[in-house]
Amino acid sequence: MLQQLGQLPMGWLLIALIAVFGSAAFFLGRMRAEQLLETSTGRMHSRPNYHGYYVAMFTVVPVVLIAVAYAIFAEDLMRSQLTRELPSSFDRLSPAELQSYLESVRMAAGTAATSGADRVFQAITNRYLELRGVMNTATLALLGLLAAGGIFWSQRRLSQNFRARAVVENGMELVLFLCAGVAIATTAGIVVSLLYESLQFFQVVSVWDFLTGTRWNAQTNAEFGALPLFFGTFMIALIAMLVAAPIGLFSAIFLSEYASPKARGWIKPILEILAGIPTVVYGFFALLVVAPAIRQMAVWFNESVIQMGLASEPILAAQPTSALAAGLVMGIMVIPFVSSLSDDVINAVPQTLRDAAYALGATKSETVKQVVVPAALPGIIAALLLAVSRAIGETMIVVMAAGKSARISMDPTSDLTTITVQIVSLMTGETGFDDPKTLSAFALGLVLFIVTLIFNIVALRVVKKYREKYE
Amino acid sequence: MSKKPGALTTSAASAKHLKRRRAADGRFRYYGLSAIVVALGALAVLAVTIGSQAMSAASYHVVSYEVTLDPAVIAPEGASRPEDISRNVDGFYSLVRDNLLNTFPEAGADRNSRREVSDFVTRLAVLPTARLVAGNPELIGSRISVTAPLNDDLDLYLKGIGVRERKIRAGAISSVEPAPEGAFQVSGAGAFNGLLAGLTVANEGRKDDAVQLDVLLTSGVSTGRLTEISADTAHLELLTGRVADFTESAPTARIIQSAESERTISNKQIAWTLALQDMGRIKRAPRWTLLTNSDSTYPELAGGLSAIVGSLLTMLVTALVAMPVGILAAVYLEEFAPRNRVTEFIEVNINNLAAVPSIVFGLLGAALFINFIGMPRSAPLVGGLVLALMTFPVVIIASRAALKSVPPSVRAGALAVGASQMQTVFHHVVPLAAPGILTGAILGMARALGETAPLLLIGMVAFVGDVPKSPMDESTVMPVLIFSWSNNAERAWEPLTAAMIVILLAFLLLMNGLVVFLRRKYERRW
Repeated sequence: MLQQLGQLPMGWLLIALIAVFGSAAFFLGRMRAEQLLETSTGRMHSRPNYHGYYVAMFTVVPVVLIAVAYAIFAEDLMRSQLTRELPSSFDRLSPAELQSYLESVRMAAGTAATSGADRVFQAITNRYLELRGVMNTATLALLGLLAAGGIFWSQRRLSQNFRARAVVENGMELVLFLCAGVAIATTAGIVVSLLYESLQFFQVVSVWDFLTGTRWNAQTNAEFGALPLFFGTFMIALIAMLVAAPIGLFSAIFLSEYASPKARGWIKPILEILAGIPTVVYGFFALLVVAPAIRQMAVWFNESVIQMGLASEPILAAQPTSALAAGLVMGIMVIPFVSSLSDDVINAVPQTLRDAAYALGATKSETVKQVVVPAALPGIIAALLLAVSRAIGETMIVVMAAGKSARISMDPTSDLTTITVQIVSLMTGETGFDDPKTLSAFALGLVLFIVTLIFNIVALRVVKKYREKYE
Repeated sequence: MSKKPGALTTSAASAKHLKRRRAADGRFRYYGLSAIVVALGALAVLAVTIGSQAMSAASYHVVSYEVTLDPAVIAPEGASRPEDISRNVDGFYSLVRDNLLNTFPEAGADRNSRREVSDFVTRLAVLPTARLVAGNPELIGSRISVTAPLNDDLDLYLKGIGVRERKIRAGAISSVEPAPEGAFQVSGAGAFNGLLAGLTVANEGRKDDAVQLDVLLTSGVSTGRLTEISADTAHLELLTGRVADFTESAPTARIIQSAESERTISNKQIAWTLALQDMGRIKRAPRWTLLTNSDSTYPELAGGLSAIVGSLLTMLVTALVAMPVGILAAVYLEEFAPRNRVTEFIEVNINNLAAVPSIVFGLLGAALFINFIGMPRSAPLVGGLVLALMTFPVVIIASRAALKSVPPSVRAGALAVGASQMQTVFHHVVPLAAPGILTGAILGMARALGETAPLLLIGMVAFVGDVPKSPMDESTVMPVLIFSWSNNAERAWEPLTAAMIVILLAFLLLMNGLVVFLRRKYERRW
């Protein structure tokens, strides 16, 4: 019996119960208020619906809290109880082995497929199911009790002059505030999880070694000098910006100063498609088209240099994946980030400034170069900073087209690795959170987070200052 | 500027100066134009490359096999229940292979040829037939036609992508004489003149002439390999079919542009493929399996169904979390929040979160949801939550802009007739801002749909052969599938990956189209 209770689909059951209790409470409260309305003389403070919401609120909130607590703690509680009851022969197992054993017990309990396993395993699975049955029954009983109590208690408070609307609206405002607070919680979550795991990592490897070491070999040799990664990230972002900055800026100038409104209406959305294409598509493009083309060009360059007698051996590395390929494609991806924001700030430059320049006899390009761009410069710089931050944090293009060897090389046709590539390769596959290999990914993530945060804060500051200047 | 340049100026020097300034002006405009052209050109190249690759994967070659469903093979004693039949891949596969061996008796001669003929069909390709028969037991014993996709390398060959070849019509063959070692001497006046010219062209520009190019001669279902070619005669080594087919015929010669050792398909396999094609048993069919099959290790069987369902489940979780929370947060910040430190701090957080690299959210998901709370890896639930945290700042920013655009007079009007602030907001302001809020939310979801990196970190990169049924099941999503497929070495995966990209882009286009539609229909200017 208990074992069958252990098989209950608790997730769906809890959601259904919340819905049932909530709507039942609402209708009970509303009916009570309508009774009051009929029996009482004069007006009620709140409409019957608000009495319904009031009762529902005091029923649903405790029920939801219980459900959340069940979702978070139930499994751990059952496991610790089960571990305590395990025969002593299990003491030999390491915590990780024990965890994976319990995980397989959970899987077997979920499918009720214990037929093929040995007797000990079967017994443990049955005991686990029993424990879960007890837990489920207790949770459901508590849930029903709290819901009934909530309905009963809040129903009794309803009366003609009860300010149900005010209470409900205060509760609603609290919910709204909590939703906005999710932003703080997310940031806090990011900072805490990155810091927590990084601090564990820095107990094994010193911060100084991590930031300045030149040998990165996390997968095999546990060498954690991240400088080559920083270099690779910098190099690829630099190539990307060498592509995106001139193209994006000139596009923005052309669109805002030269193009007819109709052409602008067509070209701007098409340019912004570049920002909407998933990065994995760019990665595929880099891998399929750009990287082989660059390799071929590099090989051709090497051959012709040797033929001309300028060198005796190949100058360029000409590897199948290269920093140049990743950088070029990333540059294309970043173009709209530069052009859109630059376009906005150039448009925000007051027309009077342009008119004044024209009145002095300046040509259009002179006006742009000597008046409009200097006036919009802070905004343009902010756009470039945001683009750099985007390029540093970009993952898929570099994972697919930049390679994995950590080295410091000025040759753009050699493969370089970046912070994001290493995070992905460290975190995919077998990951244990007690392994410095995994923890180093969080240290890299922390560096990435801090660097992009600084870029963003500076950029947003600059834009804000700039806006204030012309508004 | 109707005046001539000279009319404005007083001296030759200033005229020259003005001319230079005007030239600089023209150049500057030209730079801007070329920047736009470069950006749009890059987009066009991207679209054309992926589009053309995807087109070639949109259809594939299927072969039909007439087989008799022998109960002894597909439903032997003790394994004749429907579920046994549906699992009896080996039985059905042997039927198909025997059919091939009957068609090409020479393939049974040695181990190597048997293996080569077995490569035509992947074992798992007969699974749909097995399921069909399991569902309709009355078919057992009857003769049915089984259709199975052709091996991916041969499929590419027929599409002209994998192995390059040059087709040349040979002249009429007048006689075929037996020659030593089971070969034949084919001759016809001037029959191979064209072929010799083609060979010269094909050998030009090749680096090593040591390896001879294979020349195949095909007539009807028969194909042989030619050597010692002269203008009138050649040595023919029969690969499949009957030698009689070549007499009194004008066969087709094929110069295969790479040596047999460098290819994934052998001369014999090419010969059999051509024979099957001549028999009309190979058909080019639209590749619906791309949408109806799940992932597979064989490119000819692989499809994106499990990833599409995984993406939908993930998006469902993301939408259920990010949209309500984001919209309510935007309502609070725009309509209720007092101007104080807390509010300011929240706003700074939102702006920064919108610019945090997506991979950092993946680290958060791995540390918080998987390691700390203990949620299952690779599940759409976790993926959806991570993407929700990533999307929710975007939803807030878009919703705030929409709420801000509702004029204050609406609020004042509602308050004036006695509505509470909560009633004003939820009865009047939010409904008016709804189209704007919705479009912002959809755009945020579109971004989440294309996101790959954070999902790699929470283990959604595993190979998933089954369609996930709930958000707790192991699953993958479309962009991650694209990533995994692009890592596969075989040539056939390239067009397949491109086709998957087109499917993903189609979903994104659909969402963006919806946004444009909503804007057109409901946008109002106050």
